Amino acid sequence: MADTQKITGAEILIRCLEQEKVKFVFGYPGGAVLHIYDAIYNQNHFKHILVRHEQAAVHAADAFSRATGEVGVALVTSGPGATNAITGIATAYMDSIPLVVISGQVPVPAIGLDAFQEVDMVGVTRPCVKHNFLVKDVKDIAITMKKAFHIAKTGRPGPVVVDIPKDITAHFAQFHYPETVEMRSYNPVTKGHSGQIKKAVKLLLEAKRPMVYTGGGIVLGDAAEPLVKLVRALGVPVTNTLMGLGGYPSTDKQFVGMLGMHGTYEANMAMQECDVLLAVGARFDDRVIGNPEHFFSKSRTIIHVDIDPSSISKRVKVDVPIVGDVKSVLAEMNELVAAEKPKQSPALKAWWEQIDTWRSKLCLNYANNNGLIKPQYVIEKLWEVTKGDAYVTSDVGQHQMWAAQYYKFDKPRRWINSGGLGTMGVGLPYAMGCQFADPTAQVACVTGEGSIQMNIQELSTCKQYHLPIKVILLNNRYLGMVRQWQEFFYENRYSESYMDSLPDFVKLAESYGHVGMQITKPEDVEGALKEAFDMKSRFVFMDFITDQKENVFPMIANGKGLSEMILAEDL
Amino acid sequence: MRHIISLLMENEAGALSRVAGLFSARGYNIESLTVAPTEDPTLSRMTIVTSGSEDVIEQIIKQLNKLIDVVKVLDLNDGKFIERELMLVKVKATGAFREEMKRMCDIFRGRIIDVADGSFTIELTGSGHKLDAFIESLDKAAILETVRTGASGIGRGDRILKV
Repeated sequence: MADTQKITGAEILIRCLEQEKVKFVFGYPGGAVLHIYDAIYNQNHFKHILVRHEQAAVHAADAFSRATGEVGVALVTSGPGATNAITGIATAYMDSIPLVVISGQVPVPAIGLDAFQEVDMVGVTRPCVKHNFLVKDVKDIAITMKKAFHIAKTGRPGPVVVDIPKDITAHFAQFHYPETVEMRSYNPVTKGHSGQIKKAVKLLLEAKRPMVYTGGGIVLGDAAEPLVKLVRALGVPVTNTLMGLGGYPSTDKQFVGMLGMHGTYEANMAMQECDVLLAVGARFDDRVIGNPEHFFSKSRTIIHVDIDPSSISKRVKVDVPIVGDVKSVLAEMNELVAAEKPKQSPALKAWWEQIDTWRSKLCLNYANNNGLIKPQYVIEKLWEVTKGDAYVTSDVGQHQMWAAQYYKFDKPRRWINSGGLGTMGVGLPYAMGCQFADPTAQVACVTGEGSIQMNIQELSTCKQYHLPIKVILLNNRYLGMVRQWQEFFYENRYSESYMDSLPDFVKLAESYGHVGMQITKPEDVEGALKEAFDMKSRFVFMDFITDQKENVFPMIANGKGLSEMILAEDL
Repeated sequence: MRHIISLLMENEAGALSRVAGLFSARGYNIESLTVAPTEDPTLSRMTIVTSGSEDVIEQIIKQLNKLIDVVKVLDLNDGKFIERELMLVKVKATGAFREEMKRMCDIFRGRIIDVADGSFTIELTGSGHKLDAFIESLDKAAILETVRTGASGIGRGDRILKV
């Protein structure tokens, strides 16, 4: 891509995005990026989406990536634009989402002089990016962008920030975009160790109580297909983490539900009692296994497959570590398993009987008879009305857990939520990113009245781009998860967890030209959902007035182990 | 346990802060940290002295390897190695002290590199323990100022950290 003509840094940046086949850039203009916005005005390679707050730009780019597997791109100005983007960047970092975030910076001669709208973006973002760059020469823009995209999407993915001073975007240089990039300091492992893989397969075939536990790595690594093949060939139970939902079809009989703090009884018990555990693209975090000391068992052998060596033996000691790309490792395992033609052993049969006993507790059953709308019921109906095929985004709290528990995801990249950082306010911008990724798809944003107000300004963006998102607001007039913890652990002292002075969400939606609905009776839930999803070209804001006292079960209290669940029936 | 970790990293602005930031963000100890460019000016070599359980040290090595600018990491404690530290000490050198300081310096194989009317500046190289021993053997009142570089380490024999 050599070009003898000299163009500006801003134009070079646009050409880089064109070379990377970027379709959408989510952003917000400002002083330090005016040259870049001028270059955007004169191009038609990608569409720029104007959000109403930089945090939403990064979240939308993040969701676009989660939905498509492509690198998400956001563009923000220096100073406050850059700091507003931080929550979005940290959210993507915790869930290993590939992003390139371009931030404007004050001109090079002004750096360090406390210039107007100056912030040390490279310094501020260092702890929450995979890598970051400050470009100080127009000739470095192209190679830096190439590296940024390469780093973001390879190995364990993550966000990369490219900070570009304003004067650099006005300087001239020839454009040359390198075909490939070599970095002696960055060569992520892809193929797993064959000897370790053999050992793992042998353990799984000989196991009496095998269990497969998978996380977001399956989704990010596009490994759902080989995972399904392996689990079926072995005939073993499988559980997904919150981030891994959809990695294995939730409606399949070998799926025992999500595990963790609000996981199913059967999934958590099977995790605790299994003798061979295959963990793939998951990281044994505190919300998943609880207290590692309680999780520890002498009679359990753990195999851990992950692309990131630092995820292995971080919280839990592992017996068979396998560093590699989960897709390639699972494919290799499948070959070995196929050669063995495993049959169901009596031990495995007994293990399934045990699991079925745990299943018969029906831990997700809930009482639905007090005349109030149960949030779980709304999600069940949402699943039916959308035929289990919607993109479901959520915010953070009780509604997030109910969506994860009751919407049975059968495909990867359909469940879009902030698992690691737990960022309230992601739901609406996440829905925007999904709708841009798949304009004709059904997109539902399951949210709470606390979370939705953290990025409510994006109703305006949805109006501008005619996004037919359906907001499913489970409105219980409480910061529900906070209230639940206060009920359980703080003797009902509901400190600052009541959401008073709520807006009239119907009128609010209507003021943006959207459709607003309020649903107060259980018998109206299904009809309203059908009506909303039938309005294929409209943004519909559905305010479900739900039972205020509903709690999320099962639940594992902080510091407890997987088998120490509190069930709804215990109370 | 105390570990000495050597690493080679791209000699770029901000590289040091990535390492320092990693240690503070994850709560790892840093006893000392030295860094300087190598014979290849595009590379810096850093020696970090840290301490922690074997699990923590394993995580430190993994996390360091994860930093994009880090080219190679070596835990010197995995084999035989040599460590040296440089110290400059300014001491009182008046009257009877003057001869005494000269003698102590000779015993520890230090060198007097600056002589003034009332003071000597002594250069001393060795392991951290040797430098500690020298300080302890001096009269506290005689020490005017000290500066230490922190440890630098290198593997013995065939153990070579190079790109």
